[in-house]
Amino acid sequence: MSTPTQETPLTLKALTHKPVHLTGGHRMCSGCGAPTIVRQVLMAIDEPVVIANATGCLEVSTCLFPYTAWQVPWMHSAFENAAATASGIETMYRSLRKQGKLKKEMKFIAFGGDGGTYDIGFQALSGAMERGHQLLYICYDNGAYMNTGIQRSSATPFGADTTTQPVGSKIQGKTQRRKDLTRIMAAHNVAYAAQASPHNWKDLMTKVRKALATNGPAYMGVVSPCNRGWRSQTNDSILLSRLAVDTCYWPLYEVQDGKWTINYDPKDRKKPITEWLKPQGRFKHLFAPGNEALLARFQELVDQDWESLRKLQEMSKS
Amino acid sequence: MGATTTKIVAVTGNQAVAEALRQLNPDVMPAYPITPSTGIMESFTKFVSDGKVDTETILVESEHSAMSACIGASAAGGRVATATSAQGLALMWEMLHIASGYRLPILMALVNRALSAPLNIHGDHSDGMGMRDCSWIQLFSENAQEAYDNTIMAYRIAEHKDVRLPIAVNMDGFIISHSIESMTFIPDAEVKKFVGDYIAIDPLLDIDHPKSIGALVLPDYYMEHKRAQHEAMLNAKKVISDVSAEFARLFGRKYDLFESYRLEDAEVVLVALNSAAGTIKDEVDRYREKGVKAGLLKPRVFRPFPYEEVGAALKNAKAVCVMDRADSYGGYGPLFMEIASAVQPHRGPVLFNKVYGLGGRDLMPLDVDQLIDETIEVAKTGKAKMVKEYITVRN
Ligand SMILES: Cc1ncc(C[n+]2csc(CCOP(=O)(O)OP(=O)(O)O)c2C)c(N)n1
Repeated sequence: MSTPTQETPLTLKALTHKPVHLTGGHRMCSGCGAPTIVRQVLMAIDEPVVIANATGCLEVSTCLFPYTAWQVPWMHSAFENAAATASGIETMYRSLRKQGKLKKEMKFIAFGGDGGTYDIGFQALSGAMERGHQLLYICYDNGAYMNTGIQRSSATPFGADTTTQPVGSKIQGKTQRRKDLTRIMAAHNVAYAAQASPHNWKDLMTKVRKALATNGPAYMGVVSPCNRGWRSQTNDSILLSRLAVDTCYWPLYEVQDGKWTINYDPKDRKKPITEWLKPQGRFKHLFAPGNEALLARFQELVDQDWESLRKLQEMSKS
Repeated sequence: MGATTTKIVAVTGNQAVAEALRQLNPDVMPAYPITPSTGIMESFTKFVSDGKVDTETILVESEHSAMSACIGASAAGGRVATATSAQGLALMWEMLHIASGYRLPILMALVNRALSAPLNIHGDHSDGMGMRDCSWIQLFSENAQEAYDNTIMAYRIAEHKDVRLPIAVNMDGFIISHSIESMTFIPDAEVKKFVGDYIAIDPLLDIDHPKSIGALVLPDYYMEHKRAQHEAMLNAKKVISDVSAEFARLFGRKYDLFESYRLEDAEVVLVALNSAAGTIKDEVDRYREKGVKAGLLKPRVFRPFPYEEVGAALKNAKAVCVMDRADSYGGYGPLFMEIASAVQPHRGPVLFNKVYGLGGRDLMPLDVDQLIDETIEVAKTGKAKMVKEYITVRN
């Protein structure tokens, strides 16, 4: 294994020469955001890396016995415990290094979907972050339990139609607002917390590098379009991830050493949330006559979150 | 006795197991406190704080994460141990199957305690019996010495190339974990030599040979994986015997798959796990003095269960009372079911089942006497009045 002395520049030209660590031929749906995100993450890293993966779409579709799409060490054990499994791997690494039984330096990354991260894996994630393991946890957030058929999670956006909060004559999709996990992770005082989107690969990859360069646990939330669950076109994934950012539904920001930095502020080009909602069938009912208040409420929630994020940035400047 | 210089000490069961773990010096120990196993974790973390081990602890936020971290650490390529009881083990249950399914030789000290509800922190075997079908090797221990010796032998068994399965060493909560006994420790250097270096098989941290661990396996291959586990369990029986024989040669204490106490010519036999055996042995002696051919069979290895050997040991008895410190409600006690399976190929003795000691209820010598008396009666008449019954319980 060659450990390059110089980081590969984040240019398309340089990156095309990097080995692909998640090969083609896996069984993810066409247009799924997750494998694009994983490839960007792995391409950002020059050092040897070990992956832990929660049960979910990414896991079941990339390692179906006797095949695997992973060209780096990869481990899955269950749904709610990617952070705990990664804690074990990383701790064994530290123990063996301390005892002189292992020489090479390695990086550790855990991947989980939003269900495996915001919900059932929340406790394990919180524990791992608090204990301070040298690992980066990345949630690819497609906003529902997609692997099991689009059930609601605490990351599901307000108003979304899912198979467990379906739109009916009395209920118009999800009635609650989503949990803001990235801020909860920042509140753990982790070494690095950030949100990213695959449409801005350079930002995403820079964040992965920053996260792995810190001396402690790091968390990244990455918006991950899912055409099956979002009821959108397979070729709209990157567009939808861009719109999530341009509407400020999914702001790009990072938190490090108590400093909050918004990496992309659309300012007066901030788009109305309807531009992100419209192409997604899961929000179709919000545009039906009589649901104007729900649409307005959605916009209000986005604006509230965006404003408070800007305040956090302001406050942490002083 | 072997040529070893050994040290006689007075310690609790928890201290004895913690001492064994110190000597085994695992690379990683994830753990979470729960009575009555907490003492093991506390003693061990003191060893860590005092720099007496190389172990890195992971002070996890739950037992589910403890076992998950054990699995990650073991797959990474090193020795791993943890300790738990009752609710903690119950919370691990999902991961117990994954530890064995991935063939990881993780060591667990299981201090047996009753399961809720009702909430109760005292000793019984409900927790251990609940992991019966998880493909873990299960060793039971009558006292602190046996718990220590079983722990010292555990990695040798679990890590054997024909086995590669996780292993749980059981001892009774409070009765053993918290009582002080005099026992013998083996010197550090001899433990080190006996256990040897860890040999990793396909470790995840072998970065130059990337492995994928934890694939989705569909009906086309799933059953082959499970069959391989079954065979590993069968292999474990011989490995346990071999390791125990080597242990006896080196350190003088002899262990079999089960202990036969005055069993050779016994007509009236009690079967029990763990600490109750101590009380039963005394009463067997008293009845022997009175001329009753009484005996005890105390299983040490519950998984893999030594059916043939147990069957052969019991086939000439007239009546056997199987004592369960756990229940399978609506069925017979779990130990009874194994003994019945073991005896089934033979014409064999009349069997009956008593459930005792749940939630830490005492088993007194007098209770044992009553059982022996009843077993004598069953031996005489060839009939048990009731196949399964709770004893020492209010009506
Ligand atoms: C303990 C447990 N509960 C439930 C499941 C079933 N299950 C497997 S994957 C999954 C949903 C995964 O959702 P998410 O984490 O959002 O990832 P995605 O499938 O969207 O990639 C569920 C509910 C499980 N495997 N384990």
